[in-house]
Amino acid sequence: MNIKDLPEESLFTPGHTACAGCAAPAIVRNMMKIFGKDTIVYTPANCLLVFSGTYPHLAWKVPYLHEAFENTAACLSGIARAYKKKGKKVIAVGFAGDGGTYDIGIQALSGAAERNEDVIYVCYDNEAYMNTGIQRSGATPYGADTTTTPAGRKILGKLEHKKDMAEIMRAHEVPYVATMSISHQKDFIEKTKKAKEISGFRYLHVLSPCPTGWRFDPSKSIEMARKAVESGMWTLYEAEYGEITNIYKPKKKIPVEEYIKGQGRFRHLTPEMIKALQDWVDRKWKKLYGELPQ
Amino acid sequence: MVVTGDYASAYGALLCDVDVVAAYPITPQTLIVEEFSNFVNDGITDAELIMVESEHSAMSACIAAQACGVRTFTATSSQGLALMHEMLFIASALRLPIVMPVVNRTLAAPIGIWCEHNDSMPERDAGWLQMSCEDNQEVLDMIIMAYKIGERKDVLLPVMPCLDAFILSHTVEPVDAPSSDEVAEFLPKYNPYAELDPEKPMAIGTFTPPEYIQELRYQQHVAMERAKKAIKEVTEEFYKKFGRNYYGLVEEYRCDDADYILVTNGTVTGTAREVVDELRNKGKKVGLLKLRFYRPFPAEELRKVAENAEAIGIYDRAISYGVGGPLFIEARNALYGYTLPVYNFLAGLGGRDVTKKDVEKMFEIMMEKRKGEIYWLNTRGVKI
Repeated sequence: MNIKDLPEESLFTPGHTACAGCAAPAIVRNMMKIFGKDTIVYTPANCLLVFSGTYPHLAWKVPYLHEAFENTAACLSGIARAYKKKGKKVIAVGFAGDGGTYDIGIQALSGAAERNEDVIYVCYDNEAYMNTGIQRSGATPYGADTTTTPAGRKILGKLEHKKDMAEIMRAHEVPYVATMSISHQKDFIEKTKKAKEISGFRYLHVLSPCPTGWRFDPSKSIEMARKAVESGMWTLYEAEYGEITNIYKPKKKIPVEEYIKGQGRFRHLTPEMIKALQDWVDRKWKKLYGELPQ
Repeated sequence: MVVTGDYASAYGALLCDVDVVAAYPITPQTLIVEEFSNFVNDGITDAELIMVESEHSAMSACIAAQACGVRTFTATSSQGLALMHEMLFIASALRLPIVMPVVNRTLAAPIGIWCEHNDSMPERDAGWLQMSCEDNQEVLDMIIMAYKIGERKDVLLPVMPCLDAFILSHTVEPVDAPSSDEVAEFLPKYNPYAELDPEKPMAIGTFTPPEYIQELRYQQHVAMERAKKAIKEVTEEFYKKFGRNYYGLVEEYRCDDADYILVTNGTVTGTAREVVDELRNKGKKVGLLKLRFYRPFPAEELRKVAENAEAIGIYDRAISYGVGGPLFIEARNALYGYTLPVYNFLAGLGGRDVTKKDVEKMFEIMMEKRKGEIYWLNTRGVKI
């Protein structure tokens, strides 16, 4: 199935107020076309809540709930169990950002995964707290300039590497984990469809380039996402019950430098820092593919 | 049946035919969760039980489930309630009548597991109805009434029945349990005001600008005011059906001609009732006002008994540092403009026993018309 085969009707409507070039609406809109109308959506505090759910305007044509920040997976559990009791089939989907997933929300996420709740948890990962103004999160890559890891005179950006959230979820041995990118739409659609068909806990992790936070031209979001995959900064795979069942290997691997050079958040990186980032990618590559990049 | 307060809580939820229970264990609430787990695993109920990883998640899941149009239940205590704090405000502002017994336990530091009211009382502004139980019968009955009160369309607020740690939670007492059919007649199936349903999509809990929120706050306030009438009507209806009278927000005991009235809540009430009887036998004109509800606060009821009294004493098992007991603060506020002395008696903090002798002391201080307002009973090194 391809993007043009998706239904015309959009359950996530135009008129939302996302920044130009934001990947999140594309992720949500396409996923919702696949999930369909018998879906109940939860969003924690994030950009998506603000740009799609500010009263009295709403970009959703499905039931929609927000409670707080750290509890996406717990709220999804409540929705799924209520409908199980009601004996009606609905899909409980949460769209959380990286902060709400990697950091404050990881306890509820891990708990729901361990209980194998029948829900779909989507993390749209823009690699910082973008809603509150570009503060570092556990998803922020090494070296990135954020407002809480500024490229200062003494310390140049974030000192730690990105946490491997998909691997943490894979370790929970849940029915389905998939990493996705908006640059690889066929793969994106197939994984979303698969997630819809499986029951139990499903974790979908999508890289969501953020022109505002990453500081690149808003017309280049898809290009950024593609380069993230081609450089190995972002990896596409599927795992079922903890086993990787499908992994995408870019035909041509590009250096990390080529991915980061168009982004203002990495502008200050020294050659040593670029090497540190490249080394991290290489280590990750070897771990996932069992070989060093060619 | 002869059961603990915790069992009475769990059994109350069972009788109310709750659909989803999300909970996390904490002493001394653990028995509630355990008992309900037994009901589920023995097939006595087909409720969905979610054993979440924290109290924060328990309340989050209850809110989400109840927003989907089903009746939910949870229970907590002390640190667990504090961890839920954020979510309590969300439950009430989304107008979801969740019922959650709270086993009153001291809030650290230092860590302790015994009875103190400093866990629930700081939640007075969370928009929940909050009441204290005197015995295990009241615990069971209150769970049933709590759903009935909270689910009324003129109220739509969550309810927190409170029971004293160990004194009720782990102590067995004879409890008269109605049948599930009788309860079903009294408490019809949950009929939500609004629910998340793909057949009629709506948003609950949107990001809301200043143009709208103040009106919602006002509506919550009005609902809490309306709850006073609802409580009176529901306790009356309960009395007619089950024969046990709880008299609404307060229970007066020998207050009619009383000069000295002690205001209590929770299990101390039972002790105080005996002391009142003994003092009455000695010709002392004393009375007791049992406060069942902390929110909404029964200000009118308090003013009524204060009309002809010489002095009023307020018992507190919690402290608002630098001011006094939380009930005392409320009572003094309610009695604004009255000239009679209002005393505050602090006793039993950290779970220490409050004995008949302590209660006698409270009446003695009132009857002697001593100077001063706040008395810490049994505090070593402090004379009263």
